[in-house]
Amino acid sequence: MALIEYREALNQALSEEIERDPNVVLIGEEVAQYNGAYKVTRGLWKKYGDRRVVDTPISEAAFVGMGIGASMMGLRPVIELMFWSFATVAYDQIVNNAGQIRFMSGGLINCPIVIRGPANGGTNVGATHSHTPENWMAAIPGLKVVSPSNGYDAKGLLKTAIRDNDPVMFMENTLLYGEKCEVPQEEYLIPLGKADFKRRGKDVSLIAHGRSVLIARKAAELLAAEHDIDAEVLDLRSIRPLDEEAILETVSKTHRVVLVDESKPFCGVSAQISTLIMEKAFDELDAPVRRVCSLDAPAIYSPGVEHLQLPTPDRVIQKVREIC
Amino acid sequence: MTKTEAIRPKPAAKKRADNHAMAPINARLTPEDKVELLRQMLRMRRFEQASLKFYNAGKMGGFLHVYIGQEAIAAGTVSLLGEHDHIITAYRDHAHALAVGMSMNECMAELFGKATGCSKGKGGSMHFFAPDKNYWGGHGIVAGQTPLGLGLAFGIKYKGLKGAALCFLGDGAVNQGCFSESLNMAALFNLPVIYIIENNRYSMGTSLERSSAVDRCLAQRAEAYGIDWALASGEDIYEVRAVTQKAIERAHHESKPMVIEFDTYRYYGHSVADANHKGGYRKEEEIEHYKNELDPIRTFKARLIAEKSLTEELYEAIDAEAKAEAAASARFADESPFPTVESVFEDVYFEVDRQTEAGRTGRFFFND
Ligand SMILES: Cc1ncc(C[n+]2csc(CCOP(=O)(O)OP(=O)(O)O)c2C)c(N)n1
Ligand SMILES: [Mg+2]
Repeated sequence: MALIEYREALNQALSEEIERDPNVVLIGEEVAQYNGAYKVTRGLWKKYGDRRVVDTPISEAAFVGMGIGASMMGLRPVIELMFWSFATVAYDQIVNNAGQIRFMSGGLINCPIVIRGPANGGTNVGATHSHTPENWMAAIPGLKVVSPSNGYDAKGLLKTAIRDNDPVMFMENTLLYGEKCEVPQEEYLIPLGKADFKRRGKDVSLIAHGRSVLIARKAAELLAAEHDIDAEVLDLRSIRPLDEEAILETVSKTHRVVLVDESKPFCGVSAQISTLIMEKAFDELDAPVRRVCSLDAPAIYSPGVEHLQLPTPDRVIQKVREIC
Repeated sequence: MTKTEAIRPKPAAKKRADNHAMAPINARLTPEDKVELLRQMLRMRRFEQASLKFYNAGKMGGFLHVYIGQEAIAAGTVSLLGEHDHIITAYRDHAHALAVGMSMNECMAELFGKATGCSKGKGGSMHFFAPDKNYWGGHGIVAGQTPLGLGLAFGIKYKGLKGAALCFLGDGAVNQGCFSESLNMAALFNLPVIYIIENNRYSMGTSLERSSAVDRCLAQRAEAYGIDWALASGEDIYEVRAVTQKAIERAHHESKPMVIEFDTYRYYGHSVADANHKGGYRKEEEIEHYKNELDPIRTFKARLIAEKSLTEELYEAIDAEAKAEAAASARFADESPFPTVESVFEDVYFEVDRQTEAGRTGRFFFND
């Protein structure tokens, strides 16, 4: 095991997959010579050259679409979006081309593409740069959505995403890039659609993904220390496919649920999960499902306030105490 | 820049047409090859005329954008393609499909929304595909295919193949941002993509002069990116072939993009729902002018008869055959079953369809 940063774990995944499969090619703004806006691709251009690591102009629609077209031809492009927020200008390519082409061709065409980059708030860059578009993407049958909360998961999931034969939207987090975690030397893969219990507990289930998992864990520690409440933390890791079994397992065990989700509450990931729990585990619930999301407004810039717009351990604790 | 005349001058002056006929790519055509080009154009036209008939008989839903009047472009360009050349187009895609060798049966069945259609009834008129024939669709979002064409060219180059990607778009589509982005990247990366603007002078009911600030030439925009371009007649199949061949050679040998604009015209409305000249956006005389003076099938037929590659009898026989093929495809489509409702969950995810480990892990669909 080595203690490495989340960004380094991603870098290893990219490097290993470039070595393994000659069809893997990295494409995006500043990914090559500049080493990536967030240094996720550091050193890869130097190591693998222009053919495998391609800098593009600032033309998201064209380079995302180009990646999709190339994936139809059998390449496995990994497209970096400097921010997932910029997917808006490539939305048509992602939704209508990557998302629909397999279906509309009656299964004749595949798009084994990965689109990856940070998708988070909390860095004081204002509303245009702080979107959490998991739900925009997961709402499209044909797309897959993944959001790892630590470096170990990030590496294993990214490698799987690259090998997957469907389009995978891979959502990272700038606030996690510097977080360290133990990652084994030997190769491993983590399947999409498999959630992970980050903490076992019996009184309440905190279900989260991405950086919200860290918030949920922090809240769980405080709940145990200060309120004698034993919380379980389930990290979804993958939004679509979704590990329904794990969700139902924890609900049936604790009978109380608080969903922690950095996306907005209206039609957010948490709204879907809450519906799922209502549909499939209504009788297991001893209390209504509660949610802690980003406050339902555009992301505020102010460094003094933005962190309070995002889920916080305090808000999670408050919701838990309402139902425990 | 002055606005173009409502009716353009006849593009195919005799001398110019003769020059194109003598271009090497055309000079080497045997009489049989020439008749085959004509036959392809006739198949396209008869197929679409049949499709209109059955649309009006209530056999199809949604849109039906017919290509009638533009056949020389699809037939001419596709006749040049080799093993590593690929094509992709917009929603006016039936003729390109037939040109690459898709059968009338699978195409007509797709229009009828039947399980035997090329896309199993899931794509419809605008979404025909045959990747085994290097045909990548069939795209409903105006200009949405232009970055994909770039990607096909990227794939060709990445794999070290000598090929070209022909990406068709309309005179309306040139005004989408992703097309400009694609031109820049095509030039920047030296990708073997050939953008073919089928300028039929209208995007739905909006005429060229009401949609493009510089309307005399759309291909010239390529200059801004250092890309070579050509403006040519799309009514003369020899000219289509001669001009496109040069672009293909350049793509093959120099891996360079090119933009070609073909003047052409559609006789029918934008889609079947369009009232055409009765809707007031163009005059009946204009349509008649194109039909009578510049029809690609009629002109080519006259040329072949004049040079004795074709007889009236042979023409009648080919035409009758094309009509019979189209009629048979409609019977095939009519008798075919609709897809099942359950089939909506098939062809969404590769991994689910194949029931791979990945396709069996987690929940993919969220019905109750
Ligand atoms: C993004 C987008 N906007 C609008 C439409 C509706 N629409 C479909 S075809 C069309 C006209 C396009 O004209 P042109 O590019 O000239 O192609 P043509 O129909 O003449 O072949 C429009 C506006 C669409 N399909 N996609
Ligand atoms: Mg047009």
